[in-house]
Amino acid sequence: MSRPTTRRLVSAGMGLLTALAAVVVILPLILIFAFLLYKGASALNSDLFTQLPKPVGEPGGGMANAIVGSLILIGLAACLGLPVGILGGVYLAESRDRRLPWLVRFLADVLNGVPSIVIGIFAYTVIVLPMRRFSALAGGFALGIIMLPIVLRTTEELVRLVPASLREAALALGIPEWKVILRVVLPSARAGIITGVMVAVARIAGETAPLLFTAFGNRFWHGGLDQPIAALPLQIFAYAISPFDDWHRQAWAGAIVLIGMVLVASVAARVVTRGRYRPAR
Amino acid sequence: MSREAALRISSKTLGAGQGVGDRGFRLLTRAAALGVTALMAALVVAMAWAALPSLEAFGWRFLVTSTWDPVAETFGALPFVYGTVVSSLLALLIAVPLSLGAAIYLAELAPPWIRQPIAFLIELLAAIPSVVYGLWGIFVLAPWLRTSVQPALGTWLGFLPLFQGPPYGVGMLAAGLILAIMIVPFITAVAREVLLAVPNAQREAALALGATRWETTRMAVLRYGRSGLIGAVLLGLGRALGETMAVTMVIGNRPEIALSLFAPGYTMASVIANEFTEATSDLYLAALIEIGLLLFAVTVAVNALARLLVWSAGGGVREVRE
Repeated sequence: MSRPTTRRLVSAGMGLLTALAAVVVILPLILIFAFLLYKGASALNSDLFTQLPKPVGEPGGGMANAIVGSLILIGLAACLGLPVGILGGVYLAESRDRRLPWLVRFLADVLNGVPSIVIGIFAYTVIVLPMRRFSALAGGFALGIIMLPIVLRTTEELVRLVPASLREAALALGIPEWKVILRVVLPSARAGIITGVMVAVARIAGETAPLLFTAFGNRFWHGGLDQPIAALPLQIFAYAISPFDDWHRQAWAGAIVLIGMVLVASVAARVVTRGRYRPAR
Repeated sequence: MSREAALRISSKTLGAGQGVGDRGFRLLTRAAALGVTALMAALVVAMAWAALPSLEAFGWRFLVTSTWDPVAETFGALPFVYGTVVSSLLALLIAVPLSLGAAIYLAELAPPWIRQPIAFLIELLAAIPSVVYGLWGIFVLAPWLRTSVQPALGTWLGFLPLFQGPPYGVGMLAAGLILAIMIVPFITAVAREVLLAVPNAQREAALALGATRWETTRMAVLRYGRSGLIGAVLLGLGRALGETMAVTMVIGNRPEIALSLFAPGYTMASVIANEFTEATSDLYLAALIEIGLLLFAVTVAVNALARLLVWSAGGGVREVRE
């Protein structure tokens, strides 16, 4: 009778071990949030949201330009990522072709795994080099490419989920197919598509690497979309590797703001669909 | 009626789908989809074009020489390739057992009420931006390694060449650890989806034969989802290879090949991040872009393989789960 007991012990032991693994996996989350609050809370004040950075060495100042810059970059990225992503997603879901959708789906998933710094180099070669200057446009372009595969794949999967009966009902009324898609199919998939968009926004809001040599950063308000522009992650990076204690504090505070933006986007994505759908990753 | 059938009826029987609007709309969506294909092609062409001076000047030697001297314009990428490979492998070594364990717990063994909250926390972890990990790495992880972990490792395991040398805090060990922390939620999430896609009949069959929960998991679930799990690990590897900011902030940024994990290193992504805007000559810039091209080729290969594996395991076919 000893063998069944050993087997049961092994089973319980592995249950315990895997539970331990789950705890260890969660641990960094707690540590990171604890240190964010502990180190950043003291520098989290209204200056952060309203002031420009002070010149090197002077204490105080804020990150207002970087916060606005990040929002502008996200907006520019959406101009590229949303239309192409949603239309392409509709194509993937609706096409009766076999090979092209497979290829596009595959390339989109691969593109999703391309390191963001490589996307930055691409944006540099096709936009910064011809324009001969770093610009908000180049940064938005790079972020848009990162956004594209996420929006594309989420839209595809959501459009597939729209019940055929809805489509049939609309088609039976004699409405052209394109109108059915725009007025019936897409609106009924809207919640899920918004989820995909918010997930994509959460991802690009924190991207730093592709902005290093496209948007470049700026210590002042930007002077137009063809000029370098500040971004919150860039500012955090610059402050983190600087030698000044005050800047370190501001980097932590900036990180709280950035995490806040990312979490708002992620939680909004969950609330919209109430957990009915998990987005592409 | 299936969606396909409905569409067939709409276009053939009813004569819909033939109007100008329909054709135009179809062209538009097709163009958007083709745009993704064109984008990938453009990525390759533009970067290869920009890397051309370096490709011509150094050829294959670029990969196997370790001199990185912008003044003399001699460039060899070996230290960066080494740093990327070692930091990523170190990350996998730590991350794979943890994330597979956590995924198995979440998909198979955990009591149902605890699964959703933990999965949510892991998704939060995946949403933290790289630069925030880097910030935490510089000011929390690296000092902790310097004052506690590295002296201890040096005392107990110092006979191994891996754990010799002065404890800087920043270096290969810090980079591997921060990468591990970053890819764990990612591998866990994909692996969990692969496990959830394993049909219940597999579990029921094993349980019906008298297997315990763990035996069921090991023999019926893990074996069935094996290729998908390998895919999940490869997706994590792809992330680790290309991860830039956090690694740049903690690896120490010195283009040297050192056996010790305590020593500073450099990775392909971080040399691009650090030196791209400082590249003064065309050849220097081309050499950096060639590193980017190399990184691109490697991550595309890893990701392509990973996606095919995950797709074949059914993890890519996501469904609505109430």
